[in-house]
Amino acid sequence: MLKFILRRTLLMIPQIILVSIIVFMLAKMMPGDALTGAFQGNPDVSQEKIEQLREKLGLNDPWYQQYGRWLANAVQGDLGQSYVHKQPVTHLLAGKVENTLLLSFFTLVVVYIIAIPLGIIAGRWTDTWADKIIVTYNYFAFATPTFVFALLMMYFFSFVLGWLPYGSSVDIKLEVGTWDYFVSRAKHLVLPVLSGALIGTYTTIQYLRNDIIDQKLKDYVKTARAKGVPERKVYTRHILRNSLLPIAAFLGLEITLLISGSIFIESIFSYPGLGFLFIQSIQTRDFSVVTALVLISSTAVIVGTMLSDIILSIVDPRIRIE
Amino acid sequence: MKDTVIVDEKQLIAKEKANNPSLLKTIWREIKHDKVALGSLVLLIIILLAAYLSPLYIDQAAQHRVNFLNVWKAPSADHWLGTDDGGRDVFGQLMLGTRNSFTIGFLVTVIAGAIGLTYGLIAGFYGGKVDNILMRILEFLMVLPSLMFIIVFVVVVPNYTIATFVLIMSAFAWFGKARLIRSRALQERELDYINASKTLGTPSWKIMFFEMFPNLSSLVIVNMTLTLAGNIGLETGLTFLGFGLPAGTPSLGTLISFARTPDIVQNKWWVWLPAALLILVMMLCINYVGQAVKRASDARQRLA
Repeated sequence: MLKFILRRTLLMIPQIILVSIIVFMLAKMMPGDALTGAFQGNPDVSQEKIEQLREKLGLNDPWYQQYGRWLANAVQGDLGQSYVHKQPVTHLLAGKVENTLLLSFFTLVVVYIIAIPLGIIAGRWTDTWADKIIVTYNYFAFATPTFVFALLMMYFFSFVLGWLPYGSSVDIKLEVGTWDYFVSRAKHLVLPVLSGALIGTYTTIQYLRNDIIDQKLKDYVKTARAKGVPERKVYTRHILRNSLLPIAAFLGLEITLLISGSIFIESIFSYPGLGFLFIQSIQTRDFSVVTALVLISSTAVIVGTMLSDIILSIVDPRIRIE
Repeated sequence: MKDTVIVDEKQLIAKEKANNPSLLKTIWREIKHDKVALGSLVLLIIILLAAYLSPLYIDQAAQHRVNFLNVWKAPSADHWLGTDDGGRDVFGQLMLGTRNSFTIGFLVTVIAGAIGLTYGLIAGFYGGKVDNILMRILEFLMVLPSLMFIIVFVVVVPNYTIATFVLIMSAFAWFGKARLIRSRALQERELDYINASKTLGTPSWKIMFFEMFPNLSSLVIVNMTLTLAGNIGLETGLTFLGFGLPAGTPSLGTLISFARTPDIVQNKWWVWLPAALLILVMMLCINYVGQAVKRASDARQRLA
């Protein structure tokens, strides 16, 4: 068991290295380097001086040397300087990471709160009116593009009804740690989380529903019923155990979707998280931040996939023998 | 004696054809049976006709002319959906935008389908080591955050045109298809007709494309129909963020992107709301039709 986890973790390392190489190549393709923006508009610093500085900092070295240095820096937490804001990239990321983590966490929680009961109902009572409603909702969730839904939500709840705020994550005048701050934070989260969650339930509901429908026909269910197990227990004790466990394993996929979804949702609600930072940095051509963000997201996805593999193996004995 | 034999044969062939309808006939039967899918198909065709025939009744030159006397006019008889920040007719932009968005989505789906199909067929047909290597590469590609990479490429690539945009989007859209086709191909290659062709010495590429592919075609069609909506949505989303079509090209995304300022969202709803609703309706229709096609391809799920 431990060997499997170890092996799976080791498999992650070449993937991360490969991703970092690709991201680095991407970064080299982008115009500008570490010295862009450092001396903008300063008439005292001539072009030759900047070129000399480039030599000294090793920016004209062959790519593998630069890559090695960049990777070493990144691992130690130094992601370079932002071209536009003249601060270390890590400073820019600091506040936003927390926002995005909150958003992603609550979106995931709400997705599961909605999707799991609905999936179970749809699977258990197939072809009833409840199932039909759930399946129709699923169609809508699949077909609707996230950003259109988020936009419509914002329009109705923020503008037409005025119930919930839009933009930023908290009202400016409040002190950190007070009850008002907490409430304001929560209110600002509601719309982004709901928009992301209501659309994101598609995979979970469909998977649960199909799996339960498949399981219902299996022999062990017939045996349980023949033994006299009450219907409710047939579901909670037997069927759900088999159907719910892989949902935990889908965590890796969900993380991928959350990352791309967050780009749209944060942009629409002007929610200051990593996705919004990504869009802003691209628009201001701040490529060191962009590179850092792409690196972080790719790593997060790889780690997420690995986690879900490990969870799946812990939970499903059939997969352990590999 | 002779006459009866011939008539019987003809009747036999006719009966066989009636019992084994072609894929198109099956799809059409399924759609007809499913009222919602039928309605969606009709609605979709109406929208597409209106959009693609728009050059007949919309003055295209006027779309590019900026008329500052006309800005932000509410819907009226002259301009059915009012005007935008440049005084351009919103309804015209809606039609042209639908045409652009749908064409791009369609092209991306087809190109991605071609790439994914080839990749999956090769991996599935050869199996073994080739399959292993190809799948490792594919797994790695699937891990990359596609949206971020697309946006970065869009910004970084010089000489940015619609063609470049289509290519960039297609480059990231084929992964799922390849995986799907590869698993089916792996199953197919065990079947006798493939082995027979191999024994006869048919070159591999002929087997792949002329024998295996027709049996996978239903899978391909279903997948392409379902991803068509997704690709249109992605293109609109990218244009909405500003990383899609070059500025100035009418698109549903550009219209919706007006909704990024609160003033427009509230007071000038005619610019973005129709576009948002139209995208929603189009994608729902494509999906309903796509689900009917999906059911038609699997005999166990058919309703008709």
